[in-house]
Amino acid sequence: MTTRIVELRQGILKKNDELARGLRNQFEAAGVLVLNLVSSPGTGKTEFLQRTLLELINSGAKAAALVGDLETDNDARRLAASGAPVRQINTHGICHLEAEMISKHLDGWNLVDLDYLFIENVGNLVCPSSYDLGERIRVALLSVTEGEDKPLKYPTLYNSADVAVVTKIDIAEAVGFDRATALRNITEIRPGIRIFETSAKTGAGMAEWLAYLAESRSAR
Amino acid sequence: MHELSIVSSIVDSVTETLGAYPGARVKEVRLRVGALASVIEDSLQFCYGIATEGTPLQGSALIVKILPVRMHCDKCEQDVEIASLQSFRCPRCDEPLADMRQGRELEIESIEIDEVEEPV
Repeated sequence: MTTRIVELRQGILKKNDELARGLRNQFEAAGVLVLNLVSSPGTGKTEFLQRTLLELINSGAKAAALVGDLETDNDARRLAASGAPVRQINTHGICHLEAEMISKHLDGWNLVDLDYLFIENVGNLVCPSSYDLGERIRVALLSVTEGEDKPLKYPTLYNSADVAVVTKIDIAEAVGFDRATALRNITEIRPGIRIFETSAKTGAGMAEWLAYLAESRSAR
Repeated sequence: MHELSIVSSIVDSVTETLGAYPGARVKEVRLRVGALASVIEDSLQFCYGIATEGTPLQGSALIVKILPVRMHCDKCEQDVEIASLQSFRCPRCDEPLADMRQGRELEIESIEIDEVEEPV
């Protein structure tokens, strides 16, 4: 019997990464801007996305969304109220979305007809950061109720984000949100990241966010 | 919490590799895991015991090498190791750092096997 060392040098998530690369090529070819929204549960991803979809559709853009949750289609129903095509992905216990789930749920959608596709990930600040979904922009959301040190507690996710969105700023004062510290913590983990401060309720900051979306779409 | 699915992928990859070494027994599986890969070693080890049961990997050891986060500092013109995951700054000049060179790896480096026959 001989002992042998076999070099593998192989990514453990190779399958997901390859699938994500395929999706990215597909999205680019179709000219659709794809964003992956990640945050903890309760940050207000759905509310923020609902407002984003509504404003995009009102401005004549074509936007769709895939929304991930462990169970229920509540979020899909909320988002569909915007008039956008929406599909729910139930992961049944899995704590994140994977490229394969995205791929499966695109069936029957003609990507060429879309300007924007939003993927609302499962509320979780840990696992989604490892799974590439083929998105061009990863958005990390932080609500004013969560504590300014969240970026420091979850550096993996914040460091992998392309942009950050602060939500619920309409209640910032009531909850004693320390804006300067929060923004500094985000930048400490991801130097140079662009940060949007928004309220889906009042519409504050939405114009800047929508302008950024339009800009990113045309800057292909 | 996604360690079980990661370990399942490891079992699949290693089993596939073993196809070239019929009858071989796996002694060790060595991983390279970046400090920012959001994987907890304890959870990996715990899941590994469960997921390898009844597979050719049963009884093998999982060796996890954690790789520190290395960033490129333009000012110092070199790669530097950040002092903590709470501050992406150069430990030498305090410059904020955005260019990562190491830290997100999640890969199987190698496996050690006992062969009973020549590889096919």
